Amino acid sequence: MLEFINFYLIPGLVLGSIYALGAIGVSMLFGILRFAHFAHGDLMTLGAYLALTVVLALGWSPMMALPIAIAGTAAVAVGIDWAFYRPFRSSPTIVLVIASFGIALMVRAAVQLFWGVEVTPYQTGIQRPIILFDALRVAERHFVIVGGTIFLVGVMHYFLAYTRMGKAMRAMSDDANLARVTGINTKKIIVWTWIMGAGMAAAAGVFLGMDTQLNPNMGWDLLLPIFAAAILGGLGRPYGAIAGGMVIGFMEELSSYPWIGTEPLLEPSYKTAVAFAVMVLMLIVRPSGLFRGRVF
Amino acid sequence: MSASLLQATGMFGGYGGLDILNGVDLAVDAGEIVVIVGPNGAGKSTAMKAVFGLLHVREGRVSLGGEDITNKPPEQLVPRGMAYVPQESNVFPNLTVHENLEMGAFVRRDDFSGVLEQMYDLFPPLKDKRKQPAGELSGGQRQMVAIGRALMVEPKLLLLDEPTAGLSPLFMQEIFERIIAVNDTGVGILMVEQNARQALEIAHKGYVLAVGRNRFTDTGANLLANREVAESFLGGTGEG
Repeated sequence: MLEFINFYLIPGLVLGSIYALGAIGVSMLFGILRFAHFAHGDLMTLGAYLALTVVLALGWSPMMALPIAIAGTAAVAVGIDWAFYRPFRSSPTIVLVIASFGIALMVRAAVQLFWGVEVTPYQTGIQRPIILFDALRVAERHFVIVGGTIFLVGVMHYFLAYTRMGKAMRAMSDDANLARVTGINTKKIIVWTWIMGAGMAAAAGVFLGMDTQLNPNMGWDLLLPIFAAAILGGLGRPYGAIAGGMVIGFMEELSSYPWIGTEPLLEPSYKTAVAFAVMVLMLIVRPSGLFRGRVF
Repeated sequence: MSASLLQATGMFGGYGGLDILNGVDLAVDAGEIVVIVGPNGAGKSTAMKAVFGLLHVREGRVSLGGEDITNKPPEQLVPRGMAYVPQESNVFPNLTVHENLEMGAFVRRDDFSGVLEQMYDLFPPLKDKRKQPAGELSGGQRQMVAIGRALMVEPKLLLLDEPTAGLSPLFMQEIFERIIAVNDTGVGILMVEQNARQALEIAHKGYVLAVGRNRFTDTGANLLANREVAESFLGGTGEG
């Protein structure tokens, strides 16, 4: 039982948190701009590396560097949108999808150029886990990651439910034409969507770097589970994306638990296939996701 | 020209190079109810969209309160006191009734809580539903949310595109009554209506459009009494 909690449930929660933060942006961006943003994983990578620079330069902890990473990534995303996506707003969706694919390659190449291609941790040395009730072993970083995620989700909820911009974002996600006719400044909403989406992605990247290590492909490798989470929750539904991220995170970790007999149910190396299976199944059975999201 | 609130003269325009409007004139005075009727494809809704900057006016001029607004986008027209209710998908389905109304006031930076309360007074059925997503309401109540949303800017002119389309006669009657109530507060109304006879009954002025041109312009009562209008455009002879 303890082994189950320590080695499956807690890692599932951590992974789910990271997926959730990534999927929020994918889902929001789909709701507002109606395209699948393939560069989202690389925004995560960028956020992780921006934090690394702060960690190395100022000797801060990754958590203290987080706000800077969020702000920096959000600024870059707004700039990318202005320069590369804005000209294609009235083009067919596929143009934007391909453009985002190009941006993904560009961002990754820039990361490799500035920070190198080696695998780097934020901190070296062994991190001792915190032992709770003599039995639960929880690494400090896991507390920080889950706590940070809860805080950021709270920020997102406050923004969407109580602020003028957040409500207008939900309105535009509901019906962009009606939003325009209502006099809502849709350009401003788009900027805010990038700030929120890229900010959350940066946090996901930093958390992923804290949990494992940094490498230029870290975000790209997570694109599949993040899209699976966004689709599972329903595209355009940020709350659904959180649920979707958690479900995928848990399913991936729990898939290798020896549910039957003593062997893992699924070899750990097949973990990523779980997300893929969920995504395919969801698209066939219920493409609008659990929370009645947009269908392509 | 005259001091009309809204003045559109000689509007030409359409979609993809093909003109739907072939020189339409429209004028709404402050506090008036003006109704546009005509057969399908006459360009009624198109004329309204052209006025609201949703369709490019190739030729012609539109002015609001004497100020040229030709081809100005909606986000610039709403703050100038013009609001528009589309025929379909005119509420944000996942936003609550209250949030829908708040969105109507997006362009306002002042305190609009008084106006919000006025909307609930004007549309009492919405009061109990303020926390409910607008998508869950009945057609008639949705229409109330849509009109309420548009009224949140306290417009001088309200554009309504077929506000009673698809509603049962009972709800239709109710919506017409609300429109009169809105008009009583001094809001000018320009409305496209499929239920031409009922709409003309409450109209100060009516336009009959056909193939993108003005065919008849008169008071609502006179148009109803006009034999030719009745025969050709109101689907019946004489008074019904």
